[in-house]
Amino acid sequence: MSRIVGRYALLLLVLVITVGPFLWQLSTSLKGVTEDIYSTPPQLFPLHPTPGNYARVADAVPIWSFALNSLIVAVANVVANCLGASMAGYALARLRFRGRTAATTVFLASLLVPFEAIMVALFLVMRSLHLSNTLAAVVLPGAIGALNVMLMRNAFLALPSAVEEAAVIDGANAWQRFTRIALPSARGTVVVVAVFSFMFSWDDFLWPLIVLSDPARYTLTIGLSYLQGTFVNDQRLIAAGTMIAVAPLVLLFVAAQKYFFRGVGEGAVKG
Amino acid sequence: MRIAQQRWFTPWLFLLPGLAVVIGFSLFPFLNTVVLAFTDAKVLGGGHFTGADNFVRMVRDPAFWTAVGNSALYIVGVVPPLVVLPLLLALLVERKLPGITFFRTAFFTPVIASIVVVGLIWTWLLDTRGLVNDVLTALGVLKTPIPFLTDQWLLLVSAMLVTVWKGLGYYMVIYLAALGTVPKDLHEAAQVDGAGWWRRLFSVTLPALRPTMVLVAVLSSVSAFRVFSEVYLLAGQAGGPGGADTTLVMLIQQVGTGLTGDLGYSSALSVVLFVLTLGLLLATNRLNRQEDL
Repeated sequence: MSRIVGRYALLLLVLVITVGPFLWQLSTSLKGVTEDIYSTPPQLFPLHPTPGNYARVADAVPIWSFALNSLIVAVANVVANCLGASMAGYALARLRFRGRTAATTVFLASLLVPFEAIMVALFLVMRSLHLSNTLAAVVLPGAIGALNVMLMRNAFLALPSAVEEAAVIDGANAWQRFTRIALPSARGTVVVVAVFSFMFSWDDFLWPLIVLSDPARYTLTIGLSYLQGTFVNDQRLIAAGTMIAVAPLVLLFVAAQKYFFRGVGEGAVKG
Repeated sequence: MRIAQQRWFTPWLFLLPGLAVVIGFSLFPFLNTVVLAFTDAKVLGGGHFTGADNFVRMVRDPAFWTAVGNSALYIVGVVPPLVVLPLLLALLVERKLPGITFFRTAFFTPVIASIVVVGLIWTWLLDTRGLVNDVLTALGVLKTPIPFLTDQWLLLVSAMLVTVWKGLGYYMVIYLAALGTVPKDLHEAAQVDGAGWWRRLFSVTLPALRPTMVLVAVLSSVSAFRVFSEVYLLAGQAGGPGGADTTLVMLIQQVGTGLTGDLGYSSALSVVLFVLTLGLLLATNRLNRQEDL
């Protein structure tokens, strides 16, 4: 019995460490202008909770337009990855052709290149395509992730081939077999790819920081990091901004948590 | 019967978008980085072959050694806690207790939050007037607040703390998946032989988890070496007092971007980053294989 109590005590301790900082930020974001946010002892619950900081942060910076930019980028990333990675994965797993090994090697090789080592050259590519400082430039480098291609390939490899062989006899072409048979059967992995694509592009910081220079094109993460410089004296506004950035992901996470955990597990198996 | 009823170009149509993205935005920029590393190219143009000049300059550049040192130090500070702590967490949430799914999910929250959000939250928590100092002062542990964000070394330690905090849940899930594969009958046999919880942990669980621990060490050291955002957000873009906390990726970004961007030199730094990262991967891979023998 005491063992169980001890276990729950530990669980609660870790809960305070992992989730506590978010709650403290939420609390700060709800504290009114007249409330002392530096009080000792610290005040966890706002004395006069108010949504006012959320309106004020929108007055100070165009945070909703930053959020819209992030949403555009994230949705484009999800669509491109789900479609592009599935198509490539399908060809690698299910179609026979000369050069399949070479194509697989190209995807695997790109996994070895750390993004940070090519980001400056990538900026040059975007500039020569006349795309620098556009949302397209934010999306494109991660639009079809090699890891997602390999994940989809493995998902398609695991499907039994009998159904597809029957479809070949019925005269289905490769595209029909892909969209009507293979893709629906692998939808679990597609969800993993979708959820992770959304999360990575919504959270991305370094690449947008490099490729975006016009504040009208800023994504939420870049807009927030500038907020810190502008309103260093008002933690309430920064807190409200961070809550706006994290809330959609927490909702997505709660809705798709079992896929998150599976995705991490699968990613780890691939190393 | 085999599935090959298609025209020769059909597979390539399926592969075209993926290959275009991977070649255009990964392999080509990589090759270009290697070429640029041997030139004096600037953002505004120019670019002549200069041989190994950039690398000679690097060896003499104190900023380079500071950056490599900080990135290497980051591995030392971050990897041991990231190998051990998530394992303890996984052992804690492994058992099916009422409400355990809630705890697992909650522990994963820092993983899903953007590094910017995480950085801003911790900047607020670690401020001299922030919650951490406040609580420690209230408990009587401290007399004067700790300057987490202004001291050169404390800042680096703070960034490491943020990295570990954000990574706990991720590696916990990897360990959880591995714990599921530890043979149950071994545990039962050990229990029959009278082995207690600790004994079984050290004689059954840990040996079975060894490959996973190596994997976590590899993953976390490669990402620790590439650290950028944590330090950038806590220290500011200048990289702490006098740039003392700049990491290798921060240096690449500082040198290579902006109107005065020195593409040649930043490409040379990028090549070094690539070689060191790959070396880290190969070295740990080799270590791993030797263990298997």
